Amino acid sequence: MAFEHLLYDVADDGVLTLTLNRPDCLNAFNDPMSFELQDALKQAERDPKVRCIVLTGAGRGFSAGQDLQSRSIGAQNGGTPHLGESIRKRYSPIIQKLRTMEKPVIAMVNGVAAGAGASIAFACDLRIASEKASFIQAFVKVGLIPDSGACWLLPRLVGMGRAMELAMTGNKLDAATALQWGLVNRVVPEEKLQEETFALAQQLAAGPTRALGLMKRAMNHSMTDDLEAFLAYEADLQEVAGRTEDYTEGVSAFLEKRPAAFVGK
Amino acid sequence: MAQATETRTPYEYILVYREGPVGVVQLNRPEVLNALSPDLMGELVDALEDLDQDEAIGCLVITGNAKAFAAGADIKRMAEASAMDMLQIDQLARWDRIRKIKKPIIAAVSGFALGGGCELAMMCDMIVAAETARFGQPEINIGVIPGAGGTQRLTRAIGKAQAMELILTGRQFTATEALAMGLITKVTPAELYLEEAKALANEIARKPAMAVRLAKEAILKSFDTTIEGGLDYERKLFYLLFASEDQKEGMQAFMEKRTPDFKGR
Repeated sequence: MAFEHLLYDVADDGVLTLTLNRPDCLNAFNDPMSFELQDALKQAERDPKVRCIVLTGAGRGFSAGQDLQSRSIGAQNGGTPHLGESIRKRYSPIIQKLRTMEKPVIAMVNGVAAGAGASIAFACDLRIASEKASFIQAFVKVGLIPDSGACWLLPRLVGMGRAMELAMTGNKLDAATALQWGLVNRVVPEEKLQEETFALAQQLAAGPTRALGLMKRAMNHSMTDDLEAFLAYEADLQEVAGRTEDYTEGVSAFLEKRPAAFVGK
Repeated sequence: MAQATETRTPYEYILVYREGPVGVVQLNRPEVLNALSPDLMGELVDALEDLDQDEAIGCLVITGNAKAFAAGADIKRMAEASAMDMLQIDQLARWDRIRKIKKPIIAAVSGFALGGGCELAMMCDMIVAAETARFGQPEINIGVIPGAGGTQRLTRAIGKAQAMELILTGRQFTATEALAMGLITKVTPAELYLEEAKALANEIARKPAMAVRLAKEAILKSFDTTIEGGLDYERKLFYLLFASEDQKEGMQAFMEKRTPDFKGR
């Protein structure tokens, strides 16, 4: 599949680099780019060669979020805006897929991540940020609420108080504070960003992919289950993990005191 | 685990096998997502009646494959039919024979259970579904309504308001929704639906057969009688079971604090 607003690049080591590619407008989301991202994530999910995904932005920003120039149905045109429809069709499927696809997804946050762009970074499994990165929940500045799952994801990532502060002020959060809050996993100098991110991505891509996927399923369940239901679900998932080729390999490697060679099955 | 024995049968569209006291019928037209043709339904009903007669079998499981339990009727065959054709062929009448099966039937659902597939699942006594399963009665979208019990069974299972919404919009719904609405028995990880359905079938198959049969009969009676008639009916079946050997054995074992040895008589 060819993309116009995305770069889709699978390396031999199983790492897919997915680059939002509208650098002229800080990779802001217009309609086509959001649909392309949906398609790209589906394609990555189905492709057995892809075992880890790095999501990043071209140029100096990660993503500026919704492209306000392109949101056609605006109040300023005198009509009633239907943002609910836009969210349902364009952003919700992206967030759903990031959370449920059974492969690790790393956001390599190279610069500003604003609005839905920040929300998408929050929906990834891990965030590695450049020192120059920042996060802005800009929605409040135009009279909206944080969307693309931000009000669900943020309190879980940083706690209710800090989530409220980000949402209600729309103030910029710099990378150092984001690290201190636990919003990002690591902050690295700009020139080291790729190196560090891909080292981690390669480690995950060489991991037991099924187990990593089942971990996502388990952690998603932990958001809604009570302990009893969760423990029952966990036992089921471990049953599944125990039947993977990678488990057999992992145990053999342990007993033979050698590194495991996982194949992702 | 008992060895599965594949029954040698003339069946073309289904697979039938026995695992200990559990009889499994697998719908096997994967190329058309197990569309329920009259021929397939004929084979299914024959196989169920056959297993119902088999004294070694205590519980039945109907399943499809990972992608589809059954995606509904053969639309191609019906598109050009007249009302008189439909009445004359009356293919849905055959489905009524499933109601006469005395042993409990569990639907093990993964993937799509749509239209006739959803209705077939609802004709079963219990439904165990993979978390990835999708249910729905989409008939409204092609100008008809459910014709194999959907309006009656869905309504009785989940109530009027929910059934109206699902049947009038024709939207698909998830296993989690189905569980919350009381339509299904259990949701399992995608990999384990069939095993968990068989485990449930095994557990039930080891209960005293006469009590299982009469309990099923009494529960189904509750759908087409008054509370008074139903209670009378239940009471008579309850008294009747005192004529069974298993009742004597069950109560004796209870008093002697040992495991009962049921004979199915």
